[in-house]
Amino acid sequence: MFNLTLTELATRLAQGDFSSVELTQAYLDRIQALDSQYNSFITLAADSALEQAKLADELRKKGQVGLLSGLPIAHKDLFCTAGLKTSCGSKMLDNFISPYNATLVERLNQAGAVTLGKTNMDEFAMGSSNESSYYGPVRNPWDTDRVPGGSSGGSAAAVAARLVPACTGSDTGGSIRQPAALCGITGLKPTYGRISRYGMVAYASSFDQAGPMTRSAEDAALMLQVMAGLDPLDSTSADQPVPDYRAHLNDSLAGLKIGLPKEYFAEGLDPGIAQQVQAAIQEFERMGAQVKEVSLPNTELCIPAYYILAPAEASSNLSRFDGVRYGYRCESPVDLEDLYKRSRGEGFGSEVKRRIMVGTYALSEGFYDAYYRKAQQIRRMIQQDFLTVLKDVDVIMAPTTPQPAFKLGEKNSDPVAMYMEDIYTLSLNLAGLPGMSIPCGQSQGLPVGLQIIGSYFSEAKLLNIAHQFQLATDWHQQSPAGL
Amino acid sequence: MEWETVIGLEIHAQLSTRTKIFSGASTAFGAEPNTQACAIDLALPGTLPVVNENALRMAVMFGLAVNAEIGKRSVFDRKNYFYPDLPKGYQTTQLAEPIVGAGYIDITLDDGETRRVRIHHAHLEEDAGKSLHEDFHGMSGIDLNRAGTPLIEIVSEPDMRSAKEASAYARKIHAIITTLGICDGNMAEGSMRCDCNVSVRPKGSPTLGTRTELKNINSFRFIERAIETEVARQIDLIEDGGRVIQETRLYDPDKNETRSMRSKEEANDYRYFPCPDLLPVIIDDSYIADIQKSLPELPDARKQRFIDEYQLSEYDAGVLSTYRPQADYFESVAKHTQDAKLSANWITGELAKHLNQHDIDITACPVSTEQLSGLLLRIQDETLTGKIAKTVFEVMWNDGGSADEIIEAKGLKQVTDSAAIEAIVDQVIASCTAQVEQYIAAEPDKRGKMLGFFMGQVMKLSQGKANPGQVQGLMKQKLDALT
Repeated sequence: MFNLTLTELATRLAQGDFSSVELTQAYLDRIQALDSQYNSFITLAADSALEQAKLADELRKKGQVGLLSGLPIAHKDLFCTAGLKTSCGSKMLDNFISPYNATLVERLNQAGAVTLGKTNMDEFAMGSSNESSYYGPVRNPWDTDRVPGGSSGGSAAAVAARLVPACTGSDTGGSIRQPAALCGITGLKPTYGRISRYGMVAYASSFDQAGPMTRSAEDAALMLQVMAGLDPLDSTSADQPVPDYRAHLNDSLAGLKIGLPKEYFAEGLDPGIAQQVQAAIQEFERMGAQVKEVSLPNTELCIPAYYILAPAEASSNLSRFDGVRYGYRCESPVDLEDLYKRSRGEGFGSEVKRRIMVGTYALSEGFYDAYYRKAQQIRRMIQQDFLTVLKDVDVIMAPTTPQPAFKLGEKNSDPVAMYMEDIYTLSLNLAGLPGMSIPCGQSQGLPVGLQIIGSYFSEAKLLNIAHQFQLATDWHQQSPAGL
Repeated sequence: MEWETVIGLEIHAQLSTRTKIFSGASTAFGAEPNTQACAIDLALPGTLPVVNENALRMAVMFGLAVNAEIGKRSVFDRKNYFYPDLPKGYQTTQLAEPIVGAGYIDITLDDGETRRVRIHHAHLEEDAGKSLHEDFHGMSGIDLNRAGTPLIEIVSEPDMRSAKEASAYARKIHAIITTLGICDGNMAEGSMRCDCNVSVRPKGSPTLGTRTELKNINSFRFIERAIETEVARQIDLIEDGGRVIQETRLYDPDKNETRSMRSKEEANDYRYFPCPDLLPVIIDDSYIADIQKSLPELPDARKQRFIDEYQLSEYDAGVLSTYRPQADYFESVAKHTQDAKLSANWITGELAKHLNQHDIDITACPVSTEQLSGLLLRIQDETLTGKIAKTVFEVMWNDGGSADEIIEAKGLKQVTDSAAIEAIVDQVIASCTAQVEQYIAAEPDKRGKMLGFFMGQVMKLSQGKANPGQVQGLMKQKLDALT
């Protein structure tokens, strides 16, 4: 049962092989039995999950079936869920129970999904290893001495360990794709604006994008079908039609033009990953795709630009956590300044504080032009690089990460080394483009991710490409030893 | 040395939208604390703003009314600072690209001269909540009902040269925004607040002196007094060899003094940057043209029409066109009575006196236009003397009723029966022998003045009801017959 995909489970529920209550209970039992090894969940919502499952079963009897009726999923702990803790992996929100549902949560609920719980994450989605969580690090199911990636590390590990068939994640600089790659699962970061941000606790508003984390491209298509669409509560959500993603999964790839950016296959890339990605490209060539080398000349500017702009937005977005209305408040503040300083000083972890300080500095009078404005210019150059290349090719393919999963603690004390983890992913967030990571092999016994990058709102194409690859290969079906 | 005063005003006007600028919560004044603050106003994690289209529309109306360029593209920025009644830790406002660009208005001074005051720009922003420092035993209470109320901030150029000009400018802005119906103009409730930037310089000097900012002044009278007080303070300071410091000062109307709130050195670095949650507002020409067509008649145009159409004096036309409800009231009465001068006299006289005394806005006036018109018609047809009309008005104000009902009930009808009047005249002449003898003995050209005494006696005996014209004629005729 635990090796079935979301799509397969939907069929089995429809056939009446088991009920949603049975399925939900089985997953809840499995999480309770195994998650102590991974620490992938912050909150387990057993009671409400079983209620949702019961309701789904009852509705099914009446013939009322949604796309996700009775299917268990879990949410990254930055999506607001009414009645459940939404901590963002932070002490700051350890006591925060949202009174409302994020639009994405609401849509998934409406489609009949059952929320098993909330998954662990880097604090406020800031990190690439899931080590900055107030709730402790998540461990990679492929090797529990290694990190699952971040910031959606809990979601990735939970899906990889078969603790849940699908999760929501969010990606500001690679936070869906990088952990998906490191945990050997399928992750999709859609075009900026494709999925509403309402109720997703903001890290960097102009970068943040929610997306599905699943075991297959087919499952990602099913999830995205429900999650995507215009939301009147989010001014930046896209007023673009939502295609039938599953209808295009089997389109032929003959004549597909693939670009390989030379800057993404340069120094610093693990040879094993390079080899696996090249092998995957050859698989696409066998399907009739044409491959050519392309160039994204401003690639080396991505990390510096991102680490100005994202912290700048974060420094403002996180100002609301002030100990006044909700969240952590220090003991016995003597005055207002003390309340602010200690509530924020004690409530935030070090990586969050680092980014708030960097962002505050970048926006300060006298530095704004040199940092924020400059970085915005670079952002437009990077976007232009992609648009130029995407005129010439249909998609860009590249490794998702430069290295496979690294050891816990290995990069923890070196923020710059940690930031380099996202070198191949965060350019897409700067450009607002969609990208996927799918498993395409192993290096040192650890999963390798292939990144597929497309034009704006080309999710159907990306899912099609990923699905065809998954029909031809079985990397996405590999599971960690012992599971 | 002769000094010149330089004044610029920043006026904050609350827009009369039903809901807030970025949320659907009500903007009504006076509700129980925190009952009109929704998740967005409370800045709960994950919430996002959506611009209230009506606020944009009102800002465009204002721009058109002050001959300003409308920003075809305007951008909301974040102004970052911590304060407990600022829930997000930033105020959403407009800095570099405001919705209303440069414009101007003409103000008329007491000597009849007009002066043009340029408007630098006007921008949209959200109001903060309120901090309540009383009743909480050393703590502060926060009321977020006002948080998110739409404001338009109207920034003038430093074009005013006296306190009188500043208050004339503020009155004119008040007249425009109330005429447009975009602000209720209630200064006591804070719907319109004024910051005055004041500096002095030696007359003829081309450079500006150091300015101070007088914050949050909420009446026209206080604008004048605050500026006068501050100008005197600055001149004294400089003449004593001191130096004006750029700072924010508070005007205390009880002590009629200004005192320092904070200096520039202590000022925040607001770290403005474009709000990534809101897209730039794009306004096209047809939208502007539609609003232009729907604009009501503005105070200047209405004043001119009052002069042309009703032959009002410049002064009366100015007074009556300033406040739209009053202007509407006047026009309604003038149309009923077909006597604009009489209507104007009563509305600027007796009615205004009563409204002032009872501190009632004309929109809540207990005497309707029908009632007042009915009263004036009875003056026109000589049913009432002017004096008795005031008595009828008093009854109307206190107890209601039409003029005819009151005249009937109180027997206040004017006496025009010449026999009855002659009887009273004879009675007075018979009883006031000493005064009659003085009259006879007086020089003929002095007698006119003496007639007043006899008139008064007749009116007294008739309880004011005798027709004064008839009394005067008959009395003069009878007395002159005795000489």
